[in-house]
Amino acid sequence: MSFLDELGQYLGSANNREQIVDTLAEHCYLALLPLVLGIVLAIAIGWLGRAWPRARGVILVLANLVYTIPSLALFVVIPSLIGTKMLDSINVVVALTLYTAALLVRPVLDALDAVPPAVIASATAMGYRPARRFLTVELPLAVPVLAAGVRVASVSNISLVSVGALIGVGGLGVLFTDGFQREYFSPIVVGIVLTLLLALVVDLLLVLLRRLLTPWDRTPAPVKTEVAA
Amino acid sequence: MGIEFRGVTKKYPDGTVAVDDLNLTIEDGTITVFVGPSGCGKTTSLRMINRMVEPTSGTILLDGADVRDSDAALLRRGIGYVIQHAGLFPHRTVLSNVATVPLLSGWDKRKARERAAELLETVGLPAELGKRYPAQLSGGQQQRVGVARALAADSPVLLMDEPFSAVDPVVREGLQDELLRLQSQLGKTIVFVTHDIDEAVRLGDKVAVLRVGGRLAQYGTPADVLRHPVDDFVAGFVGKDRGYRGLSFLSAGDVLVEDVPTVRVGGAPGESADWRLAVNDEGEPRGWLPPSSTVDGELSESDLVAGGSLYQQGTPIRGALDAALSSPASLGVVVDADGKAIGVVTARQVLDVIENHPQGVTR
Repeated sequence: MSFLDELGQYLGSANNREQIVDTLAEHCYLALLPLVLGIVLAIAIGWLGRAWPRARGVILVLANLVYTIPSLALFVVIPSLIGTKMLDSINVVVALTLYTAALLVRPVLDALDAVPPAVIASATAMGYRPARRFLTVELPLAVPVLAAGVRVASVSNISLVSVGALIGVGGLGVLFTDGFQREYFSPIVVGIVLTLLLALVVDLLLVLLRRLLTPWDRTPAPVKTEVAA
Repeated sequence: MGIEFRGVTKKYPDGTVAVDDLNLTIEDGTITVFVGPSGCGKTTSLRMINRMVEPTSGTILLDGADVRDSDAALLRRGIGYVIQHAGLFPHRTVLSNVATVPLLSGWDKRKARERAAELLETVGLPAELGKRYPAQLSGGQQQRVGVARALAADSPVLLMDEPFSAVDPVVREGLQDELLRLQSQLGKTIVFVTHDIDEAVRLGDKVAVLRVGGRLAQYGTPADVLRHPVDDFVAGFVGKDRGYRGLSFLSAGDVLVEDVPTVRVGGAPGESADWRLAVNDEGEPRGWLPPSSTVDGELSESDLVAGGSLYQQGTPIRGALDAALSSPASLGVVVDADGKAIGVVTARQVLDVIENHPQGVTR
């Protein structure tokens, strides 16, 4: 039996199709919820790093350390740390949130550093209080630099979710473990293709989102027809 | 609303003294310029007024009240501020930029935007620029938006920190004129920081010269500072051209304006052994036609030698001397308020007026 026949047979089963859709939905949830939470966490940490420049070094080292912990180890350790059940999907959400935050702390700090000091000073002089200034002036201006980091984090999350399959919560990763145990290639191929497609689609959506958030960042050069200064 | 510095000192933890025992009263409705070399504490002094920098000791009174008695953010919303390089918010349109302080103060959106549109007009910007982002404007336009934004709260006090330093000299002069025009309408208390003594002399009702280390060297009218510098530092800072600059305060009312032969652009000039001033149909000077030049048919602008600076009647004598010195014909063109040529002056005539002036200029 050729591989294509096998694939056709695999996809022909309603059960299998249902499993694919379910795992895909779970994969989206497990990758994207931590992405959002991680961004929020990284921004909060970035704000701390700006407020206490002396804490920056420590923050960056800690972020690197967290990202170095093997994902499987983190999935296994988290239940004992936060008291969840071993097979709870929250474990994966928490772990990936930590990874996302760890990955994004540096881009967030770089992005905030890139906001022109004159703009921050003028916001202060206009009478902004620090929190409002951060949320409505500094953060929106940090988006272009930050967006690049978020794209990397989204791809990293989408690939890491699969590892969760080893503890039973892994979105499309479950197709890999199933296929591997049953020496059945079709689910593995379908899992890989869907993972790649998901990564591509999410990346595309992020690019669109960044464009929506920064209409000011693709402005043409100053108009030269200047009459009075 | 007057501003008073009482024994104000700013010392940083590393021991640098930015401002040293500053005592100064800024009068209501005037432009006071803080001028000095870099490191003289002029920006620090300015920023202590709206509490962006807190003094180490001493008191700043705004309209008689200690600025430290007010909530810093609320105090700042009541004080207009124009920063170097405009400091506009790149992610907001020009109109939203101008509406910043009204929106912060809780005005409703519509009213804030109406006010912002009004202010764009006040600073001489077309309304359609309101929809653009700052990056789409020229440097000079951005500075105007910065001024409009500072005026939006309609505060009686305006702080300006080297607002025109990043634009080219021609645009800068336009912006300075505009500021003086606005001030004649609005009568704000303006504190203006610059390192450029020419700008200080041009704009200031009073000039405070600060020296490195944050000490006040001299405080007085521009004419006073130019004519009677208190010490070598001030004399050195106001520069070796101070005699010439002093002419900015002398009226040229007594200079004799002489007639000059004119030719009309588009007319047939004929021939002459003298320099002739070319004017257009409105009587505005367009350039000079050199002696004995031959023109076939109609006179066009390409036949002309570019003219020098123009001297507008009734303005200080400095302009008259410059017009004479910069003219290819050695004749300074005098124009009226509408820009129509009304005659010429020579440098000799201007110098006669200066020398016969009872007070002298630099004595």
